[in-house]
Amino acid sequence: MTQLLLFNVTNGLIIGAFYVLMAIGLSLILNLSNVINFAHGGFLVVGGYLAFALQPYLGFWGALIAAPFLTAIIGWAIERVLIRRLYGRDPLYSLLLTFGLAFIFEDGTRYIWGAQGKPVGIPEALARPLSNSLFFITGYRLFMVGVVAVTVTLLFLLLRYTRSGVRIRAGTLDLETVAALGINVRALRSLNFAVGIFLAGLSGVLAGGQLGLEPTMGASVLMPSFIAIIVGGVGSLAGTLVGGLLIGVASGITAVFLPAASEAIMYVLMALVLMLRPRGLFGEEGLLT
Amino acid sequence: MTAAAQVEGMGSESTRRFAAMAAIWIALALAPYWMPYVGGYTALGTRVLVLGLAAMSVNFLLGFTGVLSFGHAAWFGLGAYGCGLLLKFVAHSTPLALLAGTVLGGVLGGLLGALIVRRRGVYFAMVTIAFGQVFYYIAFQWSSLTGGDDGLRPFYRAPLHFGFVTVDILQNSTAFYYFVLACFAAAVGLMGFLLRSPFGRTMVAIRENERRARFLGIPVELHIWIAFTLSCFFAAYAGALYALVNNFADPRGLHYSQSGDFVMMAVLGGMRNFWGPLLGAIVFVVLQDYISSITINWQIFIGLLFVLVVLFFPRGLLGYLQQRRRA
Repeated sequence: MTQLLLFNVTNGLIIGAFYVLMAIGLSLILNLSNVINFAHGGFLVVGGYLAFALQPYLGFWGALIAAPFLTAIIGWAIERVLIRRLYGRDPLYSLLLTFGLAFIFEDGTRYIWGAQGKPVGIPEALARPLSNSLFFITGYRLFMVGVVAVTVTLLFLLLRYTRSGVRIRAGTLDLETVAALGINVRALRSLNFAVGIFLAGLSGVLAGGQLGLEPTMGASVLMPSFIAIIVGGVGSLAGTLVGGLLIGVASGITAVFLPAASEAIMYVLMALVLMLRPRGLFGEEGLLT
Repeated sequence: MTAAAQVEGMGSESTRRFAAMAAIWIALALAPYWMPYVGGYTALGTRVLVLGLAAMSVNFLLGFTGVLSFGHAAWFGLGAYGCGLLLKFVAHSTPLALLAGTVLGGVLGGLLGALIVRRRGVYFAMVTIAFGQVFYYIAFQWSSLTGGDDGLRPFYRAPLHFGFVTVDILQNSTAFYYFVLACFAAAVGLMGFLLRSPFGRTMVAIRENERRARFLGIPVELHIWIAFTLSCFFAAYAGALYALVNNFADPRGLHYSQSGDFVMMAVLGGMRNFWGPLLGAIVFVVLQDYISSITINWQIFIGLLFVLVVLFFPRGLLGYLQQRRRA
């Protein structure tokens, strides 16, 4: 029993780490641009399939690096052409636009690569289970967590110590003042959007290695990412980090006792947080409420 | 403009409104007769009415209170399941089934609404999306009751008894159209009455300037909660009708992509206009019907429609026409 519980907690943390990677990208975009990026799952799919297409030429490691960058470039272009026009308008419009983009990405990948699942091959060394006696976790899953940990740490360092990072954080709190100080807010938002999409693309490659690729895979991780943000508190990246891990572990533990409810538990958690602490665990009062 | 001319102008304005109203209702009442000539069929008309009502329920909140709920499919779908479950397990009665669906969706919507009315803007939208999905998972997982992914079946709409006469609405699609039209008219009439009432004016005041409304002593949260709950009841009622249309309820009716379709219908038709969502539903359903009959990748085109409407017709068709007339 203890072993089973421990296994599921570990598993939950791994899934949670994956949610974190998605949710932090969403959160970055939401905080600075006030856009709920419904197409975030779509960008994940694009990232995964790009890796699949690039792998024969670049190998797994090359694809792991190149695919997220390409996805970020696509995201950057879409921000420049479409989403930028909607800043300052009712958030309804960016929501609908990205909702439409999600349809286009999902069906577009289905059109190009087919509805059948596609594998992203992973290096032999990562595919082996770590230990057969204790419990079954492949090296790849641990590798995923490692990539997430490194990426998130890097992101937090960039936000803390680089000029653009500080501007992004300042813009989250008060964009008008940042603009008044002569900073190019348009470029800042584009950069921020591209960074968020980079994370989605990276999630896509990682998920592809674990579960294989399907055009619909983006939609299924979108909701947990939303919940991670709401639980952690809108406006706080650290909150999103905690929120993602928390719902991952909660659904891991629930899977032991009541497998059918492992998805529902996230929503219960969200309802509880909204009742007891409406701004979310780390959210700042007055921001976006 | 002189005062007399102004009065005259207002007179023609209200005449025009009356004419438009009459035209809409006559067109709806005669739909089974003119639709075959433009390539439609009665069942399509019934579906448009029901989905249009759902879009109007979303717009009751979005267009007139300015609150964006992106999770209305949940209440719509709960209405469908409430209706279907009653018909399947409890009683073979269409009015009771409608009532059961409406109450199920409306009450649950009102309860959850109480949790979230303090949220605004994108945050409100996000929370409604996420909560909406709860019911999708429940319908999906609880397959012993709901049939899971396969949907809830079999159940059939029961004939209507009016004491001296019984109307078969199962086989006779024209009779069923008129039944749905009557249900639609009742709901739309109530909606219009609510919007013209002091309560409806207050909703618009909140939309236009929430802070000012608050300073005037209007309990904003309470009003938003009431508007949200009413809108959930309307959506659930539409959902219950939808279960009758299909003799079927499935989890996809609860999914957030369905919510997106409703919001799209409202925006496409014109969300500042009472009849906009119905027009949006007509265009959306007919387009979807047509595109999905010629290509399996119809989702790409629906996605493109979303993008194009947002970029070029943000006020919707009716808003665009009004703008052009003024110009």
